[in-house]
Amino acid sequence: MSAAPAPRAARRRPAEEKERGVISASDRRGPSVRAWFGAVQTVLLVLLIVAGLGPLLWAAKASVSSSNDIVSDPMGIWFTPNEWGNLLLAWNGARIGQSLWNTVILAAGSTLSTLVVSVAAAYLLSVLRPKWGPVLSGAILATLFLPGVISFVPLYLTILDMPLLNISLQDTFWAVWLPAGASAFNVVVLKRFFDSIPRDYMEAAKIDGAGPLRVLVSVVLPLSRPILGVIVLLSVVGSWKEFLWPMLVLSNPDLQPVSVMLPKLAAGNSPLSVQMAAVFLSILVPVVLFAIFQKQFLRGVGSAGGVKG
Amino acid sequence: MAPTPDAARAAQRRPRPRLDLTRWVRGGGLHAVLFAVPVVLVYLYFSWGPVVQGLVLSFQKTNLILPAEWVGWGNFEYVLADPGLLQASLNTAYFALLALVFGFPIPIILAVLINELRKYDALYNALAYLPAVVPPVAAILLWKFFYDPDAQGLFNSALGWIGLGPFPWLNAEDSAMPSIVLYATWAGAGSTAIIYIAALATVRTELYEAAEIDGAGIWRRIWHITLPQLRNVIFVMMLLQLIGTFQIFTEPYLFTGGGPNNATQTVLLKIYNYAFVNGDFGAATALSVLLALFLGLLSVVYYFVTKRWSTA
Repeated sequence: MSAAPAPRAARRRPAEEKERGVISASDRRGPSVRAWFGAVQTVLLVLLIVAGLGPLLWAAKASVSSSNDIVSDPMGIWFTPNEWGNLLLAWNGARIGQSLWNTVILAAGSTLSTLVVSVAAAYLLSVLRPKWGPVLSGAILATLFLPGVISFVPLYLTILDMPLLNISLQDTFWAVWLPAGASAFNVVVLKRFFDSIPRDYMEAAKIDGAGPLRVLVSVVLPLSRPILGVIVLLSVVGSWKEFLWPMLVLSNPDLQPVSVMLPKLAAGNSPLSVQMAAVFLSILVPVVLFAIFQKQFLRGVGSAGGVKG
Repeated sequence: MAPTPDAARAAQRRPRPRLDLTRWVRGGGLHAVLFAVPVVLVYLYFSWGPVVQGLVLSFQKTNLILPAEWVGWGNFEYVLADPGLLQASLNTAYFALLALVFGFPIPIILAVLINELRKYDALYNALAYLPAVVPPVAAILLWKFFYDPDAQGLFNSALGWIGLGPFPWLNAEDSAMPSIVLYATWAGAGSTAIIYIAALATVRTELYEAAEIDGAGIWRRIWHITLPQLRNVIFVMMLLQLIGTFQIFTEPYLFTGGGPNNATQTVLLKIYNYAFVNGDFGAATALSVLLALFLGLLSVVYYFVTKRWSTA
């Protein structure tokens, strides 16, 4: 804890600048408020650790415990010897390694797809502003208000037989990548950000002879790095969590992501320890990503609320 | 907003003839079309198209082998006559109600508390948000194990320390749905709390000072200032939660598969079964359309009811 005092002090500074909340500074000095608030704060921390971190830590320990220990005394596995072989068994034997790789490919492709389509749409609506822009904008916004359930079955049928093209995307990664592109929410977020970029920058680039694509690549995108980062993070974790859709369109086990693989593993007869190792491996990547990019995640989710609100 | 240079130039351009192709290209028209192509294609194939197709399909009988046949209201009659529909609807409503009563206030309480922290609030935020990044499938498998109805099960043995249980959790009709709600609350509370925390940053703090001068204590300040100022966000989050809970699928599918004795059978689970177990895509889309209509109606009613409260 005391290893790095400097960054801790730096991190605390913005908290002190925070505006007051319900409890005023003079309240905070009062002994009863202080005692109560201290108690509430501690209880809350304990609850959050137990609820937020607890299951993850338990999964981590269970992933290297024997099936017998996990079943007979699940709360006591903290003190049982480690069996590192579980992880290897899950990785190779249960093919979690392969399915994790598939998850990575799906997440990367879905993110790229949503970025390309949403950036194109937002740039079109915010900067290029063709005469027919409002029509497109309305049609994209309308999809925000339609409950997803209405298009779920026909979307599956579309994948089976793409209209006009007469090809099937079933059992190809495209079946997950392409539908991920149609994210009206990201279009709204990006357009709002593009709207806030001063037009002078783009005008200056245009005077220097830059075409629309050049303006996008050299001016708009570099200025939008923070929002693009947030969209990438939320999209990667979002597609990491997908279950129903990949299960429907990817029936080939060689292509299935880990979230589709896990329930099959649990339903099969693989030992509990290997199941837990697989669960842990599938949790690890998004949690590590979150640990590294906490600030971006939380800011992104918070501003997402602003769009919804 | 001040008129941007773009808008000003567009205004100047307007009287010129429009049919000139080279001018159209030079003015950016071609580029706009090129940017629109991927957008329109993706939305057409994967968003707008399926919605229209869903409406059409709900009036057809199709099993992907024989050509689709127009059956009028047949699918709707079939779906509404299904004896399981009432049970599934009631279960779904029960889930939504439980989630609203028990799950909904938790993120608000969490957000108000975290917002008062002056130190380590980032740590609290991160811990609260953590369940939201865990893939639901992995979390559900873990919780399914935690819910082991045996006295040795993780939750039961932990509750046993304070003399409670053992509870049957997912294995009994009465407790299966509440157990799923408990999981869903754990999974969703943190990310919702973060949205409230962002909204709390916009609460006008002068009001607190004014209330203090009037002698309002901490609780009364929360009740009369904090919550009313969050009102609009609370209404939106409540509607989003309702729409989400009415489309619940993954949790009952993986926890119980709809059991025990259909106690956790939900509407979306029925849609899934129609389509992907029975291969009856017409019935599945008909029920989807009904659910979507219901959710649309709910949103409209909700909008008008809360609009009155919002302005009050």
